[in-house]
Amino acid sequence: MIDFLQLIVSGTATGACYALAALGFTLLWQASGTINFALGEMVMLPAFIMLFFIGPAGLPLPLAFAATLLVSLLVLGLGFKRLVVDPMLKHGVIPLVIATLGLSIAMKQGVRIAFSAQVFTFPAIFSQELLSIGGARLSVSDLGTVIVAGGLVVALQTFLNRTLTGRAMQAVAQNRDAATVLGINVQRMVLYAFLINAALAATTALLVTPVYLAKFDMGDTLGLKAFYAAIIGGFNQSRGALLGGVLVGVLENLVGAYLSPGYKDGVALVLFLAVILFKPEGLLGKPEERKV
Amino acid sequence: MTRLWQAALLLFALVAIYLLPGTLKNYGVYIVTLWSVYVIAGMGLNLTVGYAGQISLGQAAFWGIGAYTTAIALKAGLPFFAALPLSAALCFGVGLLLGFPALRVQHHYLAFATLGFNVLVFLAFRNEDWLTGGTFGINNIPRPILFGWRLRAPLDFFHLTWIATVVMGALMALLLRSPWGRAFAALRDNPIRAESVGIDTTFYTLLAFAIGAAYAGVAGAFFAPLVGFIEPAPFAVTTSLSMLLMVIAGGSGRLFGPAIGAIVVVLLPEWLRFAAEWYLAIFGVLIVVMMVWLPGGLLSIPDRLRAARVLK
Repeated sequence: MIDFLQLIVSGTATGACYALAALGFTLLWQASGTINFALGEMVMLPAFIMLFFIGPAGLPLPLAFAATLLVSLLVLGLGFKRLVVDPMLKHGVIPLVIATLGLSIAMKQGVRIAFSAQVFTFPAIFSQELLSIGGARLSVSDLGTVIVAGGLVVALQTFLNRTLTGRAMQAVAQNRDAATVLGINVQRMVLYAFLINAALAATTALLVTPVYLAKFDMGDTLGLKAFYAAIIGGFNQSRGALLGGVLVGVLENLVGAYLSPGYKDGVALVLFLAVILFKPEGLLGKPEERKV
Repeated sequence: MTRLWQAALLLFALVAIYLLPGTLKNYGVYIVTLWSVYVIAGMGLNLTVGYAGQISLGQAAFWGIGAYTTAIALKAGLPFFAALPLSAALCFGVGLLLGFPALRVQHHYLAFATLGFNVLVFLAFRNEDWLTGGTFGINNIPRPILFGWRLRAPLDFFHLTWIATVVMGALMALLLRSPWGRAFAALRDNPIRAESVGIDTTFYTLLAFAIGAAYAGVAGAFFAPLVGFIEPAPFAVTTSLSMLLMVIAGGSGRLFGPAIGAIVVVLLPEWLRFAAEWYLAIFGVLIVVMMVWLPGGLLSIPDRLRAARVLK
């Protein structure tokens, strides 16, 4: 029972990180119809930028994170939108899918050249202690990750639902033409979505890398899991990403511990396939209507 | 007259490709054979993506099912020409089973469903040791025997593969000219209109998807004896993505698209090897640049030039 609780907590922590990356994915999809297959690499890159700022540049962690956040906003937010997505949007979804694919190869291999294919350790942001609560030993870093990630999701929800800008972003996601008629600056709202995605990716890197270590291909699994999380929860619902992420993280842990480590990755997958086949709009999503 | 010229040119190209690898060393012949295998799988994917207008990210899974089926059948002593149709039929069947529920949702959801399917198949290859040998894979896969003569030499095996590619290409061309092929195109261009003129869209999309899967099965059947050793790695999602890249880069919905696209995916990385460790990074950047400037693929260049001339 106590093992079970520990598995749930650490699974939730992992899942919260998937949820952050998934949230960025759904935001981009809603704002611009971009299916971003470079999702995992967009977490990997900030991790290495942070390592650069900590190592060769010698900055303390908080400053390094701030600098990384800035670079991410510029490169993964503004740069990605202006140079890759904008020129291609008029050609439909498929060329853009292929382009993000090319981007993920380029980012991965670029980092491999710059930093080598080694595994790098990353300074911990939480203390490494274990807390004893009712006999269960829970790690501070797991709890911290859940709190930070959960807080970010709640903050983002509040921003989207309660502020004028957030509601304008939602309007753009629902109906571009109507949003334009209402005097909303559509391009600016789309840009905000890209910037938020970049910021979420940098934060995910900060939370994930101390545990999973930095390697040029760390984005492969992370991207896939975040992708599952986004679909399971609901492609067009930001809340869904959180539910999906936590479900994937917890299920992985439970299956790995109790059923078969070989199929640890398989259960989230089966859930993912079941959702696609039977409730394609996701557990919390609304069905998309067919347009003529 | 122009049609005759086109036919002559095509025949010349096919014969040239048949003869050309005779001048290459063993590794070169291997790469060209691999290209040929990719072209078969790409033609199948092109039917799904380019003609039926669905995004599939699971072609490598079917490719793997074909390769493992052939490898297991060959090891069990079945002749290659029995294993080949078996692989194709199995992939066709699995394609129907996966496509039937998945195509209810269409478009990007089919992409996600096939991606999930690919990961699942990959996990099965890796974990079901009793059947697939797990991470150790299956080795010593024999080359086919033709008229009592084993095709051990790389060049002989290439010739067999290339003939199969041409036959599969011809079958595809026939299919596309048949009323079925027209229905596929109608489906891609405007599914709602196609439905309203009485085309059973679900049936045709499903058929296109399953035939595409069967092509991947055939490609897999040639891949297994080509490499002689198979393990799960080549059948991961990344390969499905490069197969999709291949179809788009060549020009989706064009018969010769996959042949050109396979050059980009199989041969270009070989040519970029002079750039040493940079080659994959350059490859990635080239893809992005190409999608920005030429979203219709390489075969859309003549159309683009013609359009530019008309505008002047």
